[in-house]
Amino acid sequence: MTVIAFTFYLFAVSTLLGGLMTVLARNPVHSVLWLILAFLSSAGLFIILGAEFVAMLLIIVYVGAVAVLFLFVVMMLDIDFAALKAEMSKYLPIGLLIGIVILMQLVVAFGAWDYSAGIDDRLVAPSAVGENTNLLGLLIYDRYIILFQLAGLILLVAMIGAIVLTLRHRTDIKRQNIIAQMHRDPAKAMELKDVKPGQGL
Amino acid sequence: MINFFTTTIPGQILLILGQCLLVLIPLLLALAMLMYADRKVWAAVQMRRGPNVVGPWGVLQSFADFLKYIVKEIVVPAGADKPVYFLAPMITFVMPVIAWSVIPFNEGWVLSDINVAILFVFAVSSLEVYGVIMGGWASNSKYPFLGSLRSAAQMISYEVSLGLIIIGIIISTGSMNFGAIVEAQRGAGIFSWYWVAHFPMLFLFFISALAETNRPPFDLPEAESELVAGYQVEYSSTPFLLFMIGELMAVVLMCALVSLLFLGGWLSPIPGLPDGVLWMVLKMLLCFFVFAMVKAITPRYRYDQLMRIGWKVFLPMSLAWVVLVAFLAKFEVFGAMWARYTIGG
Repeated sequence: MTVIAFTFYLFAVSTLLGGLMTVLARNPVHSVLWLILAFLSSAGLFIILGAEFVAMLLIIVYVGAVAVLFLFVVMMLDIDFAALKAEMSKYLPIGLLIGIVILMQLVVAFGAWDYSAGIDDRLVAPSAVGENTNLLGLLIYDRYIILFQLAGLILLVAMIGAIVLTLRHRTDIKRQNIIAQMHRDPAKAMELKDVKPGQGL
Repeated sequence: MINFFTTTIPGQILLILGQCLLVLIPLLLALAMLMYADRKVWAAVQMRRGPNVVGPWGVLQSFADFLKYIVKEIVVPAGADKPVYFLAPMITFVMPVIAWSVIPFNEGWVLSDINVAILFVFAVSSLEVYGVIMGGWASNSKYPFLGSLRSAAQMISYEVSLGLIIIGIIISTGSMNFGAIVEAQRGAGIFSWYWVAHFPMLFLFFISALAETNRPPFDLPEAESELVAGYQVEYSSTPFLLFMIGELMAVVLMCALVSLLFLGGWLSPIPGLPDGVLWMVLKMLLCFFVFAMVKAITPRYRYDQLMRIGWKVFLPMSLAWVVLVAFLAKFEVFGAMWARYTIGG
């Protein structure tokens, strides 16, 4: 077994283990941590493929940002394991049904799946013409620029939608006006009073 | 003998192991001395004498502390989630160590010279937050939990501006390899380094690095006056030591990044003098001195101010800078000052 094959099986097993434990773990926080393991190992698989740029992006975006936010939310949940178990038995049938439907779809899709001729050559030879960051850049910004911009627009709309949904102006709280605070000047803000003894203001 | 190390698999593994130790051991020794230097600078600013008992001028203080930490008893809270509780300090320690594998100290002096080196460092430093979050959560206690929530929000916010600043540098260089980034700064000594071309970003990067490594004035996750010690409250002995070393290691890593990205790495500041590893070390020491001074002379930020400066000041500024640099590089303003790849970088 070569080193590459060994690392492939290592990462493959830990990806599968991570995915499996994400579903099986009792504690949601543990689930997220297993999910992170799955992300990291799939980044390792990308590196074996020679796609180091995609691997780094996977780590930066999914592990460094998305999973942190998951963890952030899940950590703050107040979990009652007994209630969780009761819910579990209630939703088990519908969950199983969805699982079976997805499994059937996968069987239908991959049953007719076939490799094109000469795929083996392409498997072992990732791009040898240049750095894959450059090649990816040329593809995204030259050939698929319209699609890339469209994807950006969709994300922008999603972001605006999320902001609109959660934005509310509260009028009953006092807000800090930073600009006004910074431009306060002592002459206007302070006043010297000459207090006569025994009188007060 | 040479054939054994270059052709056989056990030989290659031994060779890589040796190289790792060659980086790691000087690094850890330097870390002990830097810890001492940090405390001495801090003491000097406050007109104290600092550590001065163990060894001549107290230089062995860090080693004494090290011994103290590892022989102490490990106390684990009863309600702690044990695997996660012990995983957290390990992550905090291991992540910055991993990042050193792609940091070059001189031309070609690097463990693995990968194309996406700068992204690798960025990815690894974005994983450092997990040590803090997991430690705070697994302690199953109020103050650590508050500390870890603060830290999650803080590190995510400042990573964004760090990333955008790095993108500006990548645009200028046309490569993500540290060697290429340093070579692109070669020219008329100190004035051809990126701190001139990317002048405002040096400060933004430095301040974001402070926030990213939880250093004062942004040490809100620990904030001893309100959260006792934040996520570290329930840790003692060796796990606490790992947290402490990990944080310092991240700081030194940021010093190395500032020297490589903005201060020309191993290039000599005066044309004519030879380049070398000495310049790199000197620049890192300079950065570390500034880090220590900032710790000594600035008061802690308030949390909402920290968030405001991250999202409403740093993010727009660095985003605008990326767009600006893209234009400056495209139209080769000032003799390709921002487009070093055209003059051979």
